[in-house]
Amino acid sequence: MTLRDLINKLLGRETASANTARERLQLVLAHDRVDMSALSTDLLDKMRKEILDVVAKYVEIDFEEVAVSLETEDRMTALVANLPIKRTISGEIKLKNIEKKSK
Amino acid sequence: MAKTTRTILICSGKGGVGKTTLTANLGIALANSGASTAVLDADFGLRNLDLLLGLENRIIYTAQDVLDNNCRLDQALVRHKLEPNLALLPAGDPRMLDWMKPDDMKRISKLLSEKFDYVLVDCPAGVEDGFKNALAACSEAIIVTNPELSAVRDADRVVGILNTCDINPIQLVINRVRPNMMANQEMLSIEDVTSILSLPLLGIVLEDEQVIISTNKGEPLTLTGKNSPASKCYLNISQRLNGEDVPVIDPNSQNKSLKDKFMRLMQTKIF
Repeated sequence: MTLRDLINKLLGRETASANTARERLQLVLAHDRVDMSALSTDLLDKMRKEILDVVAKYVEIDFEEVAVSLETEDRMTALVANLPIKRTISGEIKLKNIEKKSK
Repeated sequence: MAKTTRTILICSGKGGVGKTTLTANLGIALANSGASTAVLDADFGLRNLDLLLGLENRIIYTAQDVLDNNCRLDQALVRHKLEPNLALLPAGDPRMLDWMKPDDMKRISKLLSEKFDYVLVDCPAGVEDGFKNALAACSEAIIVTNPELSAVRDADRVVGILNTCDINPIQLVINRVRPNMMANQEMLSIEDVTSILSLPLLGIVLEDEQVIISTNKGEPLTLTGKNSPASKCYLNISQRLNGEDVPVIDPNSQNKSLKDKFMRLMQTKIF
């Protein structure tokens, strides 16, 4: 917020249009940039299943708590998977989250 | 003869933001500084670079003719009379039947790189085939945009595509800057645009009626040496491109009245 915005706010006037432009632009770009990564929900679902299959071969996962999602920041999109482990196949009990990140 | 030629894509996504004007002025300015420079009009459907340079009556052959062995490269290059360091090469003819492909553009840029220090490629608007052809020929890029929503959005799209290609560096030129509107916060500021696109700023070009006048005459501003605001900006950009350590022109340097100073004070970020 700038000095001018503050005065406008205090006087109950409209904010300058550059602010509106900036906000609208940031919103529309956030949308555009996710589209660019071209990962549809179908594809993401498929990927989630395959990742789980691989991990489940080695450890027992808490399927209720699994979360796989795409997170975009600036121009980088990351695949974030949170797979809580109940125990290893050998029987050892561990309650720990592993996180996998890839570009 | 390992000559390091810089082949630079000048693109924007959106049409009408000033790609061709920048190409023409930058071409003249670089040539004037002593670098042998070629400007390649990659927009063969709707070519205009020849008009801005005042060379429209001197085009006989195109890059397509060179590739088809209808002529030598030297015959297709149109040298500027007043700035012999600058040559124009139109990619093709609007009436051309078979369009160029990315490989054709690569061949042309390779031929040009044997002769020139700089090759500026004026890219067509859009992100389709014409853009991808032009892109194939280049190793670095200048994105031209206006401080305006649709232009910045389209520029962002182009940056997204360039980031997946082997293009480096990608630098930004903000064209048609109106310092007064920026001071009044009725226009996206330079900082807004650079931070949103997260690109290094190569330069800005101030809005200037002289640009239209120079286009009418077919004499780029940097050629006539007029001391107009836009002319200074183009010169500044060419120096920065050349690696000279000069700061980007400050749009506020134009505003010297008390009112302008007050307006700038009002822009101060408080939180």
